[in-house]
Amino acid sequence: MAPELLPYQRIREDLFRPLSGISRNYAVATVIAFVVGIAGLMAWGYQLRRGMGVTGLQRPVFWGFYIVDFVFWIGISHAGTLISAILRLTSAAWRKPVTRAAEALTVFALMIGGMFPIIHLGRAWLFYWLIPYPNSRLLWPNFRSPLLWDLTAIVTYVIGSVIYLYLPLIPDMAQLAEHNTPWRRRLYRALSLGWTGSDREWHALERAMKLMACIILAVAVSVHTVVAWDFAMAVAPMWHSSIFGPYFVVGAIFSGIAALLIVMSALRKVLHLERYLTPYHFRNLSKLLLLMSLLWLYFTVAENLTVWYGNDPKEMAVFGARTRGPYAPYFWTMVVLNFVIPFILLGIRRLRAIRTATIAAVCVVVGMWLERFVIVVPTLANPRLPVSSSSYAPTWVEVSITAATFAAMMMLYMIFAKLFPIIAVWEFKPHPQEEN
Amino acid sequence: MAIDLDRCTGCEACVVACHAENNLPLAGPEGAAKGRTAHWIRIDRYYEGEFPDVKVKYMPVLCQHCDDAPCEPVCPTYATYHNPEGLNVQVYNRCIGTFYCANNCPYTVRYFNWFEPEWAEPLELQHNPDVAVRMAGVMEKCTFCIQRIKRAKESAAADGRPLADGDVQPACVQSCAAEAMVFGDLNDPRSKVSRLAQNGRSTRLLEELGTRPKVFYLQKAR
Repeated sequence: MAPELLPYQRIREDLFRPLSGISRNYAVATVIAFVVGIAGLMAWGYQLRRGMGVTGLQRPVFWGFYIVDFVFWIGISHAGTLISAILRLTSAAWRKPVTRAAEALTVFALMIGGMFPIIHLGRAWLFYWLIPYPNSRLLWPNFRSPLLWDLTAIVTYVIGSVIYLYLPLIPDMAQLAEHNTPWRRRLYRALSLGWTGSDREWHALERAMKLMACIILAVAVSVHTVVAWDFAMAVAPMWHSSIFGPYFVVGAIFSGIAALLIVMSALRKVLHLERYLTPYHFRNLSKLLLLMSLLWLYFTVAENLTVWYGNDPKEMAVFGARTRGPYAPYFWTMVVLNFVIPFILLGIRRLRAIRTATIAAVCVVVGMWLERFVIVVPTLANPRLPVSSSSYAPTWVEVSITAATFAAMMMLYMIFAKLFPIIAVWEFKPHPQEEN
Repeated sequence: MAIDLDRCTGCEACVVACHAENNLPLAGPEGAAKGRTAHWIRIDRYYEGEFPDVKVKYMPVLCQHCDDAPCEPVCPTYATYHNPEGLNVQVYNRCIGTFYCANNCPYTVRYFNWFEPEWAEPLELQHNPDVAVRMAGVMEKCTFCIQRIKRAKESAAADGRPLADGDVQPACVQSCAAEAMVFGDLNDPRSKVSRLAQNGRSTRLLEELGTRPKVFYLQKAR
């Protein structure tokens, strides 16, 4: 039965219930996430105190795990906006239980991804020198640098996606402010900005959400294009590619949908939302994931085939390192995880189910992390002057900071799910706009 | 600068001289194994033929001070920029360590300060007072011994004469026993370096990238 057909009172109860009470599993998960997160913070502290030498970076591989993580998390952040904005603009009815989970994923992935450009700085405490403001150094930042475009794009995206998450939360928070514990009542009342549910307010909200959906789509596409340009603007072999912008956007949406599927199946189990996140939603998202998998394959083939056919020795050094050399295991694992497994699991109708979709999604998330690794490292390890060729392996500092980001995502998501209903409740309420 | 590869013996005296002149930190054996060494000038070796009939070619590689330097536009803080004299300079105090310049340098001549600099005793006693010691977290590279250029200009001005060709000698040039390296003003068509740059044997490294490097390598065409 589609969740829309349940009585509204029942929906309200089902979706507000997870907000109260803390189960044993919740407590255990919190402790684990906390410990892993603190370990990562300590590793970062150690790196700040000693210097970047505690990482596995070495000339000429100056970008490693941190940049891979950065691109990876910014990629994950494309789940929310793309899915929810496209579905909202096309008024797809099945979006309702999916949008908020996706929008929250965007905001948290951005918060985490946005940390990495700072973590990877040699002098991280001076990160604000990237921000254009009148300062005592009488120096503006260099607007020609792709890193500055990056900063601009990501800050815009963070602000936009927070607003985009916040707007549809307002009616729910107004409802939550009605009957609740005193501190929660205060919190929700403050956050709902005096929402009363009048016709005018609904109209304004509807308009604002439509507008934000349009804006956020454009911003999302531009953000990952700019991230790609961090690489494509450099003259390094196999980075200097015009295809990188769209290639990265496709990869980002691909990994974003996969991350959303994982989050959804976790929420379904943990918060008992079986009635709301139904096989139907998973099936629809699986089809999208399959489509993105094929699109990703197309871009990957286009990128690598042209390099191989062109046979430029500098590019072939990188190509060789990727497909036959030291990075071949990563490359071929990536192909299997991003294409072969999802293609089998999602392409064969008989196999399509929540469990297989989740397995395919986990494969894709891992595969897309590897994809970024395969793009970042082999190019740097094989510079134009082959005498300087080198290799890269991370140290425990980089590994524990990377692990901490996954813990941070879990933590943020768990806190969010305790404070706000993870499915937009009001969307199920037939309101004037939908009745017309 | 002009470097005659047919004269270079690969003795690495220039590397040592550069270390002494520019207060380059020492990575130690462990750091070296991790690829953490910093040599503003390094000798790249190219091998030709199969053992035992091997020929080695040496090529001192330093910052090419490109006129269209790929490292410059990508730096978000103007830590690396073109100074009015046409040198590609690195302002350590502005550098926040994004590594982008080093990634975009096709010559891989940029070096990072992975830790606070260290010297084995008694090397810390021979620091050059004219050169800043760089802190952890910043990028650095060859400056064409900008401190020597400055000093030569000042003493020429004190004597009331124009700077003559050969007045400025970077540490590497000064220490080259084979006299393979020549430094001078490329804007002056009569300088020795300008004449060498016009020489038929003259080429530039990775010139095809359009970086317009200011180091000219001379070698016999075969």
